Amino acid sequence: MPTRIRESRGQEMALTAAVAVVIVLLSLLPMLRLIEEIVAPGGTLSTVAAEAGLRSPTTWIATWHTLVVGIGGTLLAVLSGTLVAVLVSLTDIRGRSALVLCYVLPLMTAPQVTALAWLQLFGPASPFLKLFGAAPPLGTKNPLYSTSGIILLLGVQYGPLVFLLVRAGLRKLPRELVEAARAGGAGWFTVLVTIVLPLMTPSIMAAAALAFVSCIGNFGIPAFLGIPANYLVLPTLIYQKLAGGGPAVLGETAFLSVLIGVIAMAGILAQEMMSRRRDYRISSTSLPAEPYELGRWRPVVQAGMWLLIVLVLFLPLFGLVLTSLVPGYGIALTAKTVTLDNYRFVLFEHDAANRAFFNSFWLSIAAAFFAVVVAVPVGYLIAWGKQRWVRLLNLAVELPYALPGVVLAIASLLLFLRPIPLTGIQLYNTVWIILYAYLARFLVLALRPTISGYHQIDRALEEAAQVAGAGLFTRMRTIIFPLVAPGAIAGGLLIFMTALSELTVSALLWSSGSETIGVVMFSFEQGGDSNYAAAMSVITVAVTFLLMLVTNLLAPYLPSGVLPWRD
Amino acid sequence: MARLSLDHVTKSFADFDAVKNVSIDVADGEFLAVLGPSGCGKTTLLRLVAGFEKVTSGEIRIGNNVVSNSGGSVAPEKRRVGIVFQNYALWPHMTVAENIGYSLRVAKLDKAVARQKVEDALALVNLQGLGERRPANLSGGQRQRVALARCLVAAPSLVLFDEPLANLDVHLRASIEDEFAAFHKRTGTTMIYITHDQSEAIALADRIAVMDHGRLAQLATPRELYHEPANEMVASFISQGMLLPADVLTAEDGGHCKVRVLGTELVVRCRPGERPRAGAKICCRSADLGVSPDGPGLNGLIKRVVYKGGGARIEFAPVAGPDLTLHFEQPDPVRLESGAQARLRIQSGWLIPAAAAEQSLGA
Repeated sequence: MPTRIRESRGQEMALTAAVAVVIVLLSLLPMLRLIEEIVAPGGTLSTVAAEAGLRSPTTWIATWHTLVVGIGGTLLAVLSGTLVAVLVSLTDIRGRSALVLCYVLPLMTAPQVTALAWLQLFGPASPFLKLFGAAPPLGTKNPLYSTSGIILLLGVQYGPLVFLLVRAGLRKLPRELVEAARAGGAGWFTVLVTIVLPLMTPSIMAAAALAFVSCIGNFGIPAFLGIPANYLVLPTLIYQKLAGGGPAVLGETAFLSVLIGVIAMAGILAQEMMSRRRDYRISSTSLPAEPYELGRWRPVVQAGMWLLIVLVLFLPLFGLVLTSLVPGYGIALTAKTVTLDNYRFVLFEHDAANRAFFNSFWLSIAAAFFAVVVAVPVGYLIAWGKQRWVRLLNLAVELPYALPGVVLAIASLLLFLRPIPLTGIQLYNTVWIILYAYLARFLVLALRPTISGYHQIDRALEEAAQVAGAGLFTRMRTIIFPLVAPGAIAGGLLIFMTALSELTVSALLWSSGSETIGVVMFSFEQGGDSNYAAAMSVITVAVTFLLMLVTNLLAPYLPSGVLPWRD
Repeated sequence: MARLSLDHVTKSFADFDAVKNVSIDVADGEFLAVLGPSGCGKTTLLRLVAGFEKVTSGEIRIGNNVVSNSGGSVAPEKRRVGIVFQNYALWPHMTVAENIGYSLRVAKLDKAVARQKVEDALALVNLQGLGERRPANLSGGQRQRVALARCLVAAPSLVLFDEPLANLDVHLRASIEDEFAAFHKRTGTTMIYITHDQSEAIALADRIAVMDHGRLAQLATPRELYHEPANEMVASFISQGMLLPADVLTAEDGGHCKVRVLGTELVVRCRPGERPRAGAKICCRSADLGVSPDGPGLNGLIKRVVYKGGGARIEFAPVAGPDLTLHFEQPDPVRLESGAQARLRIQSGWLIPAAAAEQSLGA
């Protein structure tokens, strides 16, 4: 008769249960609530919401617009990102790390900041154009208030995203494949077209899918560029409906947000299918190929690259700074007009702006801190767990980030519109609903680097602590956390930077008293106070850059690829 | 210190049995080596003893306590075993002293007492004064000794070694081997030593458990393994024993019997109670073979001569069994050349017991 041995698995069970609860609360619950609202609003099966949505012509116009800017932005991002990745990775271009850093920076600034910066560059009030007296007369339409303007900025914003993925793929390209083609008589361009790009198809496809999902979910750029031109995409349509109708139109917006989700999923599925058509697997691993010598073309290519950087990074930021320094709309910047009043106003005088800085800072810190604390045990279960079902956890955590932010925002609204059952706690119309959405949406940003940290650690380090008598919680605290901390903390800093000037989620969830930086910036811009919006943008960009420098200090302890701007 | 018993232990992963019906009794203070080719289940065996894996059936006892059976498993942190990992598994974020003192810290020992114990452990492995170093700043041999000190500081009931010398270079291996032996003598701790290197196992262990495809092939002293292998696998695995087909002609008498091998008759050692049978096998060592130009022996062809310095290893194919390869050493001056005819004499050998006899022994 086997005797039952008393097992001490209590801590393992507690950990698994706690992780499961967190994932259910943050990932599964909002998604299920959203689906329920579409299928069975109010508890009974009904297609009313869906039918109403399908009948409305604005739905179809916005869907069409979403597809146009989504596909256009994706194409531009893929073309520019791949071109830059090929030039940076495969040629002997100089100053590579500086180029990578500068090219990736737009990804680290919020979309609405990018939009604002570019608007300040070209409009009739542009202090930059006024420096040369080249500004169009007041009353002229800003050329960016257009479909092509939105596509251009989406391409600028997400080109770096494509660049990062394609560059990672190019780094894994074994040099033998290139050298074999060269030995077979192919010139560099032939090698690029017949060998390198075909082999990079999976990377480029994955990058395109990611860029597509980001483009169609983007709120900041179509909000700043499209709303003034009455060019609505699905996220801005949802925003306008909610801003006008409040909770009454929630069912309708739920339908629209699911529509975005479906379009996003279709993009991901299309990528899956394209990647499966041929075998792109690279079997060997070896050193990357020798860089191609550009020879006398090198100065030209380098100049071209830096020109691109100046165009997509320095000029817009310069325009932003100039606007933040002039006292009002349309005033030219001279030694007499230059002023710091805008900064004083947003930092010390304007109540909502003050609250926004306070709210955004603590929301970002709380989200980052929570994510770091949660990512370590969740990563432990995903990376080292024995149970198969745990792998589904990873998927569940990815979902709220993979889907456009609007989807999660609407789901959070639905979930917390009424007080939480049994407790009576009301999150709707408070800052806490924004915190909830941030936690759900950004957790994965800390989880990914943490998991790659786990994969680099020898499991024997934990086992050694186990045989030394340390229980799970002790091991977590004394062995595991110190070892994965660099990755988790870097993830936390990424979350902080992303959440600080976040707009998509908070635009739908904010209420008076719980404004965020993004929301106040948006309302300044909508009210015509671009100077205040610019001043706020400059502050957040400065904070982001400062944090990037701080995060760089962690770099030696991090798995490669955790910090996107590090080459 | 405690004895360790494995009682009909089986561990299955999905449809694959990594460890099959293994029973081993390790005496208090014994040094047992677990030896086998890679994939034989020896690492799984160690992880079962440590508690990282749970048995599918059977029972493991440490001292008088059942730690594992099909009803459950005591967690590794409650077993009081020490492990020296193959790659040391020293925590990079702690100093040497913190590494060694970790189990004392976990046990919430008084700080001063713990510090003294750590000092003692450092002295025991000759690492005095290196307590404040980081593991990254130590040599391979020093790391190995830190790992040893770390697992001994908590006075574990038994110590498990997981191929501890695999990552060290050859000359360092010999000296650490000596240290392990001296260490075992000094502390008297029960030790289980996993290795695929038979010279290590033979040099260190009181007894060796040879594993093959998850089964215990033989559990015996090094001398017995060499001279009286229980089956063909052990015979060929240990020191490259040669297996030759044989017919047993006479019953055992005084530990010997007469057999016919490749058409010639000779007397080999055997187990008590052997009876005449056909289709048996004998195991020969290269020391059992010699060239016999004049007397009786096996005629055959020299296939290869590999000079080894001071002598040569000769490979020989007998005419009566051209698919067999016999090998032996010939001291200088080597006169045999490949392609030449030669006559070989088998001086002695060991009759491998019949499979049924092995079954009753193994179980």
